[in-house]
Amino acid sequence: MSAEAYKQFLSGLVQTQLPPQGQNWLEKQLNQIKSEKEFYLAFSMAPRFTGKKQLILTEEELQQATQLREGFNPNNWTVDQVARTLLVLAIPHQTPEQFIAILNKIFSTADLGELTALYAALPLLPYQELHVKRAAEGVRTTMTQVFDAIALNNPYPHDYLPEEAWNQMVLKSVFNVRPLYQIYGLDARRNETLARIAIDYAHERWSANRTLTPELWRLVAPFINGNNLADVQRLLKSSEQIQLHAAALALTESNLPEAQHILAQYPEIVKGIQEGKITWNLIGKQSYS
Amino acid sequence: MLFIDPHVHMTSRTTDDYEAMRKAGVVAMIEPAFWMGQPRTEAGTFKDYYSHLIGFERFRASQFGIKHYCTIGLNSKEANNEPLAEEVMELLPLFVMKEGVVGIGEIGYDDQTAAEDKYYRLQLELAKEVNLPVQIHTPHRDKKTGTIRSMEVALEHGLDPALVIVDHNNEETVKEVLDRGFWAAFTIYPHTKMGNERMTEIVRQYGHERIMINSAADWGISDPLAVPKTAQLMLERGISEESVHMVTYQNALAAFGQSGQMQESDWLEVTPIDQSQKFSGNSILRGGQTPRVDTGENKNESNIIR
Repeated sequence: MSAEAYKQFLSGLVQTQLPPQGQNWLEKQLNQIKSEKEFYLAFSMAPRFTGKKQLILTEEELQQATQLREGFNPNNWTVDQVARTLLVLAIPHQTPEQFIAILNKIFSTADLGELTALYAALPLLPYQELHVKRAAEGVRTTMTQVFDAIALNNPYPHDYLPEEAWNQMVLKSVFNVRPLYQIYGLDARRNETLARIAIDYAHERWSANRTLTPELWRLVAPFINGNNLADVQRLLKSSEQIQLHAAALALTESNLPEAQHILAQYPEIVKGIQEGKITWNLIGKQSYS
Repeated sequence: MLFIDPHVHMTSRTTDDYEAMRKAGVVAMIEPAFWMGQPRTEAGTFKDYYSHLIGFERFRASQFGIKHYCTIGLNSKEANNEPLAEEVMELLPLFVMKEGVVGIGEIGYDDQTAAEDKYYRLQLELAKEVNLPVQIHTPHRDKKTGTIRSMEVALEHGLDPALVIVDHNNEETVKEVLDRGFWAAFTIYPHTKMGNERMTEIVRQYGHERIMINSAADWGISDPLAVPKTAQLMLERGISEESVHMVTYQNALAAFGQSGQMQESDWLEVTPIDQSQKFSGNSILRGGQTPRVDTGENKNESNIIR
């Protein structure tokens, strides 16, 4: 999909949501940015004109978003973020190298809001395959808001991060209590290494008498084996229902015959799972609501 | 009472300080760009430092429920390395229009050399160009002359005194500053600058107009609670609550608010989005448990660390 289509969609989104002054300013910038300097100034100053209100989206608009770019979800975006993304899509350049050079410059001088906007915009930027290192670098941030912009509701990591970097992102989400259910494409990119590290992490938490997010077992589910079955069973002894649900859900994804035997002892929960009343997304939502 | 500390170098402070400041009522702070205790030798370290002020330090403060702003500038000490200063001057336009940058600062004189004068003047011109307030550092040595000179040069460059905050004043400089229509800031810093008993008497004598106090807490022996402590002392010594409010909150807001980048609503009306941006660190949520909004408060009543 071309940058033009993204621009059109994003412009449409903010048309009614920007104050008239912001709308005029943005239009003017998009039409007249000719030099790098003009772009840097406009990029920094955007919130002064646009405000920073939360974007309000209809169900239809959200669907359009993901039709335009699979997994693109601006549900948590703010209006200044949209404006900044539009500005980045309008960066004057001739070659991919030029675009990356300008992008590197704004990344290296960015404030909190700018970093958030830039990372969330990754899936819409031209030359998608050239941003892999940038995304992996972003995952190393300690600023939650910036981390969330990459890790949550953003299809770029699913589409482009190599396994090592992807695993770091998911594990860091667990470690920093970020909602795993908001990671785009999580199930599709589960892997054995990730499951092993998740189990090790569970042991560490248990040794320290610390709590553990029930979402963790979503990572383990397809890789339940003779070695880690006991860990999943441990959850079934929990006094918290949500932990039981997580264990049962994990077991339903397992091909291990023992898993099915264990599940047979929990007919009520199995029924809930079959009826779609117990799902990973619901467990996630319940954990962070 | 709520307080603003309009000059504090949080980069050099620990989370204990953030915690104590928020607990004492500090809701907003301004971190002027300054030097790091020893001279930097590369422009790149300035770039990363400025990025740090508008990025990580802003985030760090938000974890404790404090709104962090900054002023951006080339400090006077490091202006003496001219080749470096030239490169740093080229960086400034990349940062001065960023969100939450409430002024050009802290700039001015230290040794009062020709190089300091050159970059002070260039930055006054920059402030005029982008219409931002200026936060002036006045020298420790030959202070009175240096303070007056800072103001004369600002006037020579056509700056409006209402947009200029002259910092680190004392009994000897305050009158000159107020008479010329500038804002007079006072740094409560043990041993070298002001003590807060003296500060109390200054407010008694000069009133509360265009006066503000700060801690300038940094990597030296300093006190990040200087503003709330001084407020308390002033109240105890019979300064009116209104005056205390003016010199520990309102005047700083009025002066730096002229940047258009600092409004009371920034900390009085914290939106749900901001809450979700706070870092929950190592407090793993149990299933179904309501997330606590972490203000970073850590109850230290026992020796047990979990």
